[in-house]
Amino acid sequence: MNNCLCIFKKELRSYFSSPVGFVFIIFFILVSNAFFFFVQDFFRQGQVTMRGYFAVLPWIFLFFVPAITMRLWAEEKKMGTIELLLTMPLKETEVVFGKFLASFAFLAITLLFSLTVPITMFYLGTPDVGVILGSYVGSLFLGSAYLAIGLYISSLSENQVVAFIISLAVIFVLLLVGIAPLYLNAIGSFASVCEYVSLLSHFNNITRGVIDSRDVIYYVSVIVLFLYLNVKTIEARKWK
Amino acid sequence: MIHVEGLTKRYGQSLAIDNISFHINKGEVVGLLGPNGAGKTTTMKILTCFISATAGKASINGHDTFDEPLQVREQIGYLPESCPLYHDMDVSQYLSFAAEIRGIAPDKRGRAVSRVISDCDLSKVTHKMIGHLSKGYRQRVGLAQALIHDPKVLILDEPTSGLDPNQIRDILDLIKNLGQEKTVIHSTHILSEVEATSDRVLIINNGHIVAQGTPRELMARSSGTTVFLTVKGQDAQAQLAAAEFVKKAEKIGDGKDGFVRLALQAVEQRDVALDVFQMAVTKGWQLTELKAETASLEDVFAKLTRG
Repeated sequence: MNNCLCIFKKELRSYFSSPVGFVFIIFFILVSNAFFFFVQDFFRQGQVTMRGYFAVLPWIFLFFVPAITMRLWAEEKKMGTIELLLTMPLKETEVVFGKFLASFAFLAITLLFSLTVPITMFYLGTPDVGVILGSYVGSLFLGSAYLAIGLYISSLSENQVVAFIISLAVIFVLLLVGIAPLYLNAIGSFASVCEYVSLLSHFNNITRGVIDSRDVIYYVSVIVLFLYLNVKTIEARKWK
Repeated sequence: MIHVEGLTKRYGQSLAIDNISFHINKGEVVGLLGPNGAGKTTTMKILTCFISATAGKASINGHDTFDEPLQVREQIGYLPESCPLYHDMDVSQYLSFAAEIRGIAPDKRGRAVSRVISDCDLSKVTHKMIGHLSKGYRQRVGLAQALIHDPKVLILDEPTSGLDPNQIRDILDLIKNLGQEKTVIHSTHILSEVEATSDRVLIINNGHIVAQGTPRELMARSSGTTVFLTVKGQDAQAQLAAAEFVKKAEKIGDGKDGFVRLALQAVEQRDVALDVFQMAVTKGWQLTELKAETASLEDVFAKLTRG
């Protein structure tokens, strides 16, 4: 656990050791607010609800989260520091989990800065607290699933740009399967399988204000699966 | 301290090391010598549990590298080839990170960091970003992190590559000092470094250990001393060839006025130039050249790795 914490601190610090981390946060806040207040024209709606904000969030995360995770392994592999890191007395699981936690913390910090939006809501009227709270929890689940996927894909490449693009593509597909069947008029079990697999449909359930154990189990499974694959990929270096 | 038995590593089709065995005793400084691609780095990566061997066993201080990788890693300090470091950290930050990850208690971390900073002469750059340091300083930071937990075993992969002659000497002196209380394996392809630092040399070529021993033993193992002389006298070559201290006398050229140039292979590690001179005096030969050359480690190395 101490080792995990040590990796966590190192990775989190490295987000803020250069301006890149701050640029990411500012970029995220600008884009998400611009969408909500201007593109969706919040002030003309006459409703104090953040539904619009959370509707675009999965698509903003699509670009934002792979950018957070892309360097976590790719950089270690490219610089060769992976060799020093993995010859320290650490378990692979501890390193993977430490890195995941650091990226999660960075995402959570970013979301903290978006709290200006709900504060604005409370200033303007009386929004539904439960829905907003639930949506934030849902965003963290959704973001964590993206992070686990991005972190895993970063471990497959030593090129950050490649890691970014492939993560984005994989997440994009996992989002689309939730919508595509509706447009293709698919019915029956195929559509429901697609819907179950999609990262998006579970998020939509949560943002309606109901945190269902099925959705939580889905996200936890995705996270555990990709972290497990990540550990296995790192262990596989020994046998190459 | 370090036991390696029948170690083999295969990367796909190519065999990086093939059935290597050696033992290194506590407190020995051992140089791993070989041309590039001989298998030095692979051997070190297996010893540090970064990769696993395809076959064979390796253990450090009684801990098997395959079954107990964490215990093995606790015992060793490792400096990988090309010295990879986190460029976005400063030196003291990085060393405290290394101390923390090595499990040094919080109250002892500061002392450990300042110890390696003074041992590796890093006090001038303590608060500089690693990315901004010169190659020589980076190498020392790499050594410092390998030493932070005062390990029993040090594994250094080409610790002097890319350094200038002064820096090389500093690092070699450091290795020599460390060798007084630690077991050290270091790899290089520069022979004078091994001669200067190591108690023992393992020469690796094409994944095999082709020779091992002290630098002296290895030199003795080669052809020994060769004496070159230019002489004029009745049957000089034949008489020299028959002398008890000469293994072989070979004519390598003709001089003017009946002089011949000969190369004598001496029988053992002995300065036979004097014997040759005495013989020339008693026989009344004329000598214009007499020179003894001992084979260097370079010759041994070339012979073993080219053959």
